[in-house]
Amino acid sequence: MQSKFLIKFLTIFIFLFTVSSFAQHEKVEGEGEKAEAKAGIKEAVYHHIQDSHEFIFFHNSETGKYYGFSLPVILWDNGLHIFSASKFHHGEKIVESNGNYYKLYHNKIYKTNASGDLKLNEHGHPENEKPLDFSITKNVFMIIVIGILMLLLFGGLAKSFEKGYIATGVGRFFEPIILFIRDEIAIPNIGEKHYKKYMPFLLTVFFFIWFSNLFGLTPLSVNITGNITITLALALITFIITQFSGNKNYWKHIFWMPGVPWPMKIVLAPIELIGVFIKPFALMIRLYANIMAGHVVLMSIIGLIFIFKNWVGGSLTFLLAFVLSILELLVALLQAYIFTMLSALYFGFAVEEHEHEEAH
Amino acid sequence: MDKLINDFSFGLFFWQILLFILLLWLLTKYAWKPILDAVNSREEGIKEALEQAEKAREEMAELKASNEKILKEARAEREAMLKEARIIKDKLIAEAKDEAKIQANNMIEMAKNSIELEKQSAITDLKNHVAELSVEIAEKVIKKELSAKDQQLNLIKKMLDEATLK
Repeated sequence: MQSKFLIKFLTIFIFLFTVSSFAQHEKVEGEGEKAEAKAGIKEAVYHHIQDSHEFIFFHNSETGKYYGFSLPVILWDNGLHIFSASKFHHGEKIVESNGNYYKLYHNKIYKTNASGDLKLNEHGHPENEKPLDFSITKNVFMIIVIGILMLLLFGGLAKSFEKGYIATGVGRFFEPIILFIRDEIAIPNIGEKHYKKYMPFLLTVFFFIWFSNLFGLTPLSVNITGNITITLALALITFIITQFSGNKNYWKHIFWMPGVPWPMKIVLAPIELIGVFIKPFALMIRLYANIMAGHVVLMSIIGLIFIFKNWVGGSLTFLLAFVLSILELLVALLQAYIFTMLSALYFGFAVEEHEHEEAH
Repeated sequence: MDKLINDFSFGLFFWQILLFILLLWLLTKYAWKPILDAVNSREEGIKEALEQAEKAREEMAELKASNEKILKEARAEREAMLKEARIIKDKLIAEAKDEAKIQANNMIEMAKNSIELEKQSAITDLKNHVAELSVEIAEKVIKKELSAKDQQLNLIKKMLDEATLK
């Protein structure tokens, strides 16, 4: 039985090896093409993880055709400028609005002169002035979509509760998750006494991050939670809520740690104070890095298909991408859980009440 | 770090904060509050129902116990009553028997007495009758033979004495 299996395995292995060596042989003359594909993939990955002013599903680089739709651009530059991003023609054209000229360069809008010149510094970043860009970008658009989705889902769940104690419809699936957040995240970390106040935030942040992560895994090529701005905003809200709910005890633990000798108190105060800022910073970086890395790895592996351009490499990469996608599904949930859990933990620190004042 | 700062977009930040807070507010109002309230009230309802069921079960058990007790008592009472009735019955029968005996004895006694009395009176009557008869006989004798009166009387007397009824 075992030898039979071994023979089979070897046959397949040899077959694969020969096929791939054939394929490699064919590709020798296509070295330049390969390098081009690599550069193209790099750019595609870079563009994928970036926010954008248009929603593009497919892009044919040979014909230069884009399949998708443009989003509105809203600029504040000594007055409001509103126009459609389609006017940029994917960065090829300069847009004139109320006497100002704007150019789209690497998904960012810069103010230029009429001919659209950009002054680049040594890092390759333009030094041109950037107008305040309040555009409805791809991410803003997706945030709105997720918001509407959440309102429909959870509003529906709330409505189904009006009829009785048993939830009906799609919301039913989310009810145990809501209970999990309450019973396993909020109550153990914040405490029975204060947890109610924080439930709305924890639920919103959990589902927002989870849904954003999941949308990131769809072929819509959106990257919401893998964007530093989004995670910064979320972490900042956690930070503000934590500081505003901090009681006397919380501040005392930061500036004048009870139960340690006074020289230690002086040493500990700045460390604790830095910790206050490090906590939300870690929240921000953790979510950003996890999701972004997931996207980059997944996109790169999918990109490998175009580099191999053969059946073996392609199918193996496909398999790898498939396995990674499943892993990313788990990461999507896990990161939402971690963000919510840590937020709850920080709120818990802020509202904690010590009866054992001298026990430290 | 440089890349991170470069990636930061104020517009997106503004929208994210605004939209997130709006979403938080809307969801709190239209979803989380009603959902959590419903879940809470459901949990309380379940708890209450369980408590009530427990209480009902306890009451049931109590009721059953008391029922059994009452049944037991009733049975004991019935037993006691039956026993008493039997005793009373036996006593009544015995009493009736005794009384009947006494009555019968009394009646027999009375009958005996009256028989005796009747007998005595019959004997007396007969004696008198015989005496009268004797006198009549004597008179007839006397009328025929007045000669020896004394002798005659003695003879009668003698005859009467001999004729004493036993």
